[in-house]
This record gives sequence, structure tokens and C-alpha cells, in this order.
Amino acid sequence: MKIVEKHALWLRLVHWFNVPLTLLMIWSGVLIYWANGVYPGFFPKAFYRTLDLQQKLAEGMAMHSLIAWLLIVNGIIYLCLLAASGHWREIFPNRKTPAQVVPTLLADLGLIEMPNTGDKFNAMQRLAYTGAIGLGVVAVLSGFAIYKPVQLEWLTDCFAGYEGARLTHFICMLGLSGFIAVHLVQVVRAGWNNFRAMVAGFEVEDER
Amino acid sequence: MNAELKRRSTKSFAVLLLFIIIFIGTWTWLKRQPGVDETPKPFRQVLELNGAIWQALFNPTRLVHSPPPPEKKIPRVNGTLGLSENINPENWRLEVTGDDEDDNSPHLSLTLRDLQALPRTDSNTQLRCVEGWSENMSFAGVKFSDFVQAYKLKTMPYVGLETEDGNYYVSVDIESMMHPQTLLAYEMNGAPLLPRNGAPLRLVIPTKYGIKNLKQISRIFLSATRPPDFWAERGYDWFAGL
Ligand code: HEM
Repeated sequence: MKIVEKHALWLRLVHWFNVPLTLLMIWSGVLIYWANGVYPGFFPKAFYRTLDLQQKLAEGMAMHSLIAWLLIVNGIIYLCLLAASGHWREIFPNRKTPAQVVPTLLADLGLIEMPNTGDKFNAMQRLAYTGAIGLGVVAVLSGFAIYKPVQLEWLTDCFAGYEGARLTHFICMLGLSGFIAVHLVQVVRAGWNNFRAMVAGFEVEDER
Repeated sequence: MNAELKRRSTKSFAVLLLFIIIFIGTWTWLKRQPGVDETPKPFRQVLELNGAIWQALFNPTRLVHSPPPPEKKIPRVNGTLGLSENINPENWRLEVTGDDEDDNSPHLSLTLRDLQALPRTDSNTQLRCVEGWSENMSFAGVKFSDFVQAYKLKTMPYVGLETEDGNYYVSVDIESMMHPQTLLAYEMNGAPLLPRNGAPLRLVIPTKYGIKNLKQISRIFLSATRPPDFWAERGYDWFAGL
């Protein structure tokens, strides 16, 4: 048995700050969305009723605009440290990624053995984490485009206008929710050793 | 080796537990703070801070992009707060108070004809509701800045506006009021305003959310301090700028 360092302290801190803030951000976003729920299918009345999400537009806006600042600061710290530490090399897809997508997916589904590349993250993890970071960035930009369509009109125009920015922002939320759902399933499947590493920083390896 | 593992593991999970407790504690504390205008104080302070940032960044001459003219003749009526169906444009007067702290400042009582005699401005605007919907409308009226100039009013940092019954009232920063697209409108979509759309006179201020576009204005006052604002008192951001 051998202790192997896996996640740096800064990474764990940023990650665990991000978790509750992201959840509160989505929650308050739904409070706002309730006031003008225009996208078909979102959300059933029972959903709002059960979670007590109705008639809370002002509360949602106050929450959303406070947590947004915290998430932006946390996100900027993450991106800066990702760049400075070189950890981005582990996160962003690289030359080997495209060829490994299919084998990794099949392995995730339990059909074949996971190919061993010696990397910290496999191809699907790279795509998922990079995707989550991208969705976060676009969510912030489209959020500002909705918030100040007059003062930041150039930004709103980047999303094909006000309605386009709203749709983009909503899709980012759906994408992040999907990421979180899959992420949680994968964390559970990966087991205790993997989870402990995100808390304590190290993994335990059997000596061979 | 095993002891090392145990020690680091225990320490880290203790820190995680502490983190969770502090986070939940802080959030609960924040939500329980005494309310200022129906918003726990820290949230209100952030709303005010955000307002101050965007007010400082406000460009008083930059125009809001004009949308195409509206397709519908009768726009959505989202509420009847402060509105009266039997307002009579003939008896109606607009009461205007200059500096509300200066006893010598002008007090005007104007008819609709007085306002219609001032330079007319037509505009296509997108009204954006804080709820999330928006609608294109076209209005005609007098620019607030032309109105101020015509009556030689001395500008003050804030403008307050009220309906006849005083049930709906808003306040707006002077920079946004003096913006060239801010109108005191008496026509909508090519016809005189209907009572539920704000006859005889309503505010059209495309740099703000719909909640500031007061209908059936009866009183306007210029003020050194921020006059009360209906929606800001009910948990919304006071600046409400777009
Ligand atoms: C209770 C909820 C969560 C748990 C238990 C959790 C757990 C974990 C674990 C164990 C890892 C390490 C994966 C590995 O080493 O293979 C990880 C990484 C990551 N998680 Fe989460 N996570 C949660 C929520 C979130 C949320 C809400 C987001 C973002 C929206 C997120 C984004 C990420 C990212 C981007 C990484 C890669 C970090 C890096 O190495 O830079 N996680 N998470």
C-alpha cells in the first residue's frame, strides 16, 4: 500500500466552494425562470409546487446576483491556477483524446476494460470537465447579456439578442445540471478511494 | 504508513465537515438578517452595490437599439396597480414640484395640452419586464429632457413619479431620466393612450425594466434624496437598469 498525491489543495478548495454555490445558483435561477416559464416542458407545475419555488422572483434575483459574484471570483481563481500550475494539460483534451473517446465510453458502460493511458483523467473526463468549464464561462457571459442588454448591448448581440441570450443561459444551466448528474453517478461508481482523494488529496495504491 | 493515512484522512474530513457547517451556518445567517425593503440586509447591500456599479458605468448619451415597430395594436397589460379606468384627460393635471427642499422652487400644474405643445418625439421601444418577457411598442410624447428644459427646472439627483391615487410610485436617477430616449408619452402604437396603458401620460424609459415605466402619472417631483419606490420596497433592485 502506498500513498499517492492526486489533487492539489487549491484544486480541492475551489472545487468544494464551487459545489454549493453552483447548486444555489441553479436554484435561484429556477426561482427567476418561474416568473416567465416560456420553454415548453420546463418545468411541470408539480415541480415548482413540491419544491416551493413559486412567487419568489425578487428573492431569486437577489440571491442570483449575490452568488454570481462569488462564483465569478471562484471561477477566475480556478482558471488562473489551472493555467499557472499546468494542470490544464490534465483537463483539456489532447492529441490522444479523440482516439480514446469510444474505448473510454465502452469501458464506462462496463463493456470492455478501461484502457490504461497513465493520465490523471481519461478522454471522457477531459471532455466532461472541459465542457463544464466552457458551460460555466458561457453561462456567465450570457448572464451578463441578459442582466444588462442595454449597457452591454455588444455582449447581448453576441448571443443574437436578448431572447438568444436567455435561451443560451438556460441551455447552459441544463448542460451543467446534466454534467452534475453524470458526475455524481461516476463519483459513486469510482468509489471511496477516488472520492477521498478529492477531500484529502491523496489516493492509496496497492503495491505491485 | 497506515497511521499516516488515518491522520491525513481524519484531518481532511474534519475540515470538510467544518466547511459544510460554516457554509450552512453562513447561508442561514444571511437569510435571517433583518430585512431592508423585504430583503435580508446583506442581499440588499449587494443589490445596492450592483446598482451603484451600473449607475457609475451608465453612459447618458448612448442610445438603446430601436426594435422594429410592434405587430400587435394592444399590448400586454400586466397589472392594474394604481390605474383608474375613469380618468378624465380634460380634468387631469400633472403636478410638478421642482426642488422639494427649496420653498421657492417652481410648482407647476399642467394640462395634457401643455405637454402636447412641447416638441414631440416618436420612438419604437422594447419594453422589458423584470419577469422575463418583452414586447415591442411605439410611443409618442415629450422627452423628459425637453420637458425639463422647456420649464427651466433645476435638475436634482432623483426624480419621483406617482399615480393619482398614490398607490404606485417609482423613483429614478436623474441621468436615466435625462437620457434622450426617456419620454413622457401620451400616444401608443399610433393612437392616444388607453387608460390601462397609462392614459393620459406615462413614463417610457427603455434604459430601465418595465417596473419603472409608470402609467397614469399625476405627480412628478425632483428631489435631492431618493424618493420611495414601490418595487424596491418589495424586494427588487432599486436601480433596475438594463
Ligand atoms: C456533491 C457534489 C460533487 C461531488 C461529490 C464531486 C466529486 C468530485 C470528485 C471526486 C472529483 C475528482 C474526479 C477524479 O479524480 O477522477 C471531481 C472533479 C471535478 N468536479 Fe466535482 N463533485 C461534485 C460537484 C461538482 C459540481 C457541481 C461541479 C461543477 C459544476 C463539479 C466540477 C468538477 C470538475 C470541473 C472536476 C475536475 C477538477 C479538476 O481536476 O480540475 N463537481 N469532483
